[in-house]
Amino acid sequence: MIPPALEALLYLVAAVLFVIGLKRLSSPVTARPGNLLSGVGMLLAIVVTLFERGIISFETIAAGMLVGSALGWWMARSVKMTSMPQMVALLNGFGGGSSLLVGGAEFLKAEFTGSTPALDVAVTTQLSLLVGAVTLSGSLIAWAKLEEVMTGKPITFPMQKAVNALTFVVIAGLATYQVATPAQVLWPFYAVIALSLLLGVLLVIPIGGADMPVVISLLNSYSGIAAAMTGFVIHNNLLIIAGALVGSSGIILSQIMCKAMNRSLANVLFGAFGGGTAGGTRSAEGLTVRQVSVEDAAVQLGYAQFVIVVPGYGLAVAQAQHAVRELADLIEKRGGEVKYAIHPVAGRMPGHMNVLLAEANVDYAKLSEMEQINDEFHRADVALVIGANDVVNPAARTDTSSPIYGMPILNADLAKSTIVLKRGMSAGFAGIENDLFYNANTAMLFGDAKQTLTRLVTEMKTL
Amino acid sequence: MEALMLSVTLFVLATFLGVELINRVPTMLHTPLMSGANAISGITIVGALVVAGGGFGWVSRAFGFGAVVLAMMNVVGGYAVTDRMLQMFTKKPEGK
Repeated sequence: MIPPALEALLYLVAAVLFVIGLKRLSSPVTARPGNLLSGVGMLLAIVVTLFERGIISFETIAAGMLVGSALGWWMARSVKMTSMPQMVALLNGFGGGSSLLVGGAEFLKAEFTGSTPALDVAVTTQLSLLVGAVTLSGSLIAWAKLEEVMTGKPITFPMQKAVNALTFVVIAGLATYQVATPAQVLWPFYAVIALSLLLGVLLVIPIGGADMPVVISLLNSYSGIAAAMTGFVIHNNLLIIAGALVGSSGIILSQIMCKAMNRSLANVLFGAFGGGTAGGTRSAEGLTVRQVSVEDAAVQLGYAQFVIVVPGYGLAVAQAQHAVRELADLIEKRGGEVKYAIHPVAGRMPGHMNVLLAEANVDYAKLSEMEQINDEFHRADVALVIGANDVVNPAARTDTSSPIYGMPILNADLAKSTIVLKRGMSAGFAGIENDLFYNANTAMLFGDAKQTLTRLVTEMKTL
Repeated sequence: MEALMLSVTLFVLATFLGVELINRVPTMLHTPLMSGANAISGITIVGALVVAGGGFGWVSRAFGFGAVVLAMMNVVGGYAVTDRMLQMFTKKPEGK
């Protein structure tokens, strides 16, 4: 048994360790030990809690911890770096689900003991049910979209916003009724959970696959808020602090993503964008693209002084991160300079491309953010665009009628020449034509990114 | 009421602290940041343990069991995968 004051103190230590862990994430050098410290904080919190007075049996706890740890460990070990967005989506969902269940159990506990919870506990219980359930089901839908077990296109139906709003109003009504009713009625409790799960589904289905980075960031934030609400329910300040930290992180990341796409959060959430319905005034008719052979491209890259690689999601899909590094190594060996230009929304979640390139042992000093590298494109001999589309579409700068107009892009079209590796002429996620492909300086190299890169490497070795 | 206001104060201050901390994280590390922050949100394990170990009926205990499983997946999975990613950023590029 730990005295309450000591318990509170140890929880504070855990909270401080979380803060230090996040602070150390500001540099790749300190990030790993920082994460470890954060983990130590979590371990401390768990151990302290196990001495809690209220715990009378350990069978359920032991079984749950064993199952959860094993599954979590297995997932973390086996997940591919390309599938990281799905993994994070699932983890968000688990966090939300856990908050939902803790809130639910606390409610049932009050019902079991016949006590009436204080007003603030009753209200935050309902909130933890709502936010937890929305996070759980919303994350599962986001996972399904990313994993492509369901369509990545927005699913819309008439009166969708009205239905969502109505669902929310009914949940709020039921929750209020539950809080106001001292009698032991349980149906509103289960109805709130069921409808909140439904709401999570309804909120995420109209959002297109390309906007999933924003959704994951936002659900990340929700999972934190759900934890904080649970903290209010069980009167635990550690949950409130940790939940608030995570809540703010998700909100900031969502904002960064939205800014990088030049869209408001409301537009992402309710705009049903990315379904291939959007059109600009420009059409591809009458325009021709120039194709280049692997041999010619290899020569061009082999004699280039400065190459900027622009990786996109296509690189991740083709698992081509190792092949691109091999190519870059060869160019460097021949005296050229290689940099990577990373658009904030490249990949399927914030920072995804950096992780993939780090996996392929690319030195992070060579990865440049958009603002740093955009002024360097004009002196690049070749911009090598690999499976990226919308983030290099010059229409974003010039064509006011384009749906992506105003979105900050990488200036790949300003390089002396541009080589685009692409599977075919299909449009990007935004469903719009890309002027870059029709530029006089642009050459297209069709095929699977990994195979093409491997052939480029073989070809360059013979130079 | 006083305890509640103290908790609300903590919540608000921690949110601002979070904003300050997260704004310093470079874009490069945003994916590990998300998974790492995610692991921290697994702090609901604290609540989960208490409800799973309490004797308040089997429904409550079933909820508790589910909560412990989910929270542990969140915690262990989150920290382990974050470590796996960060390790790739810290190791020196080979063969140089």
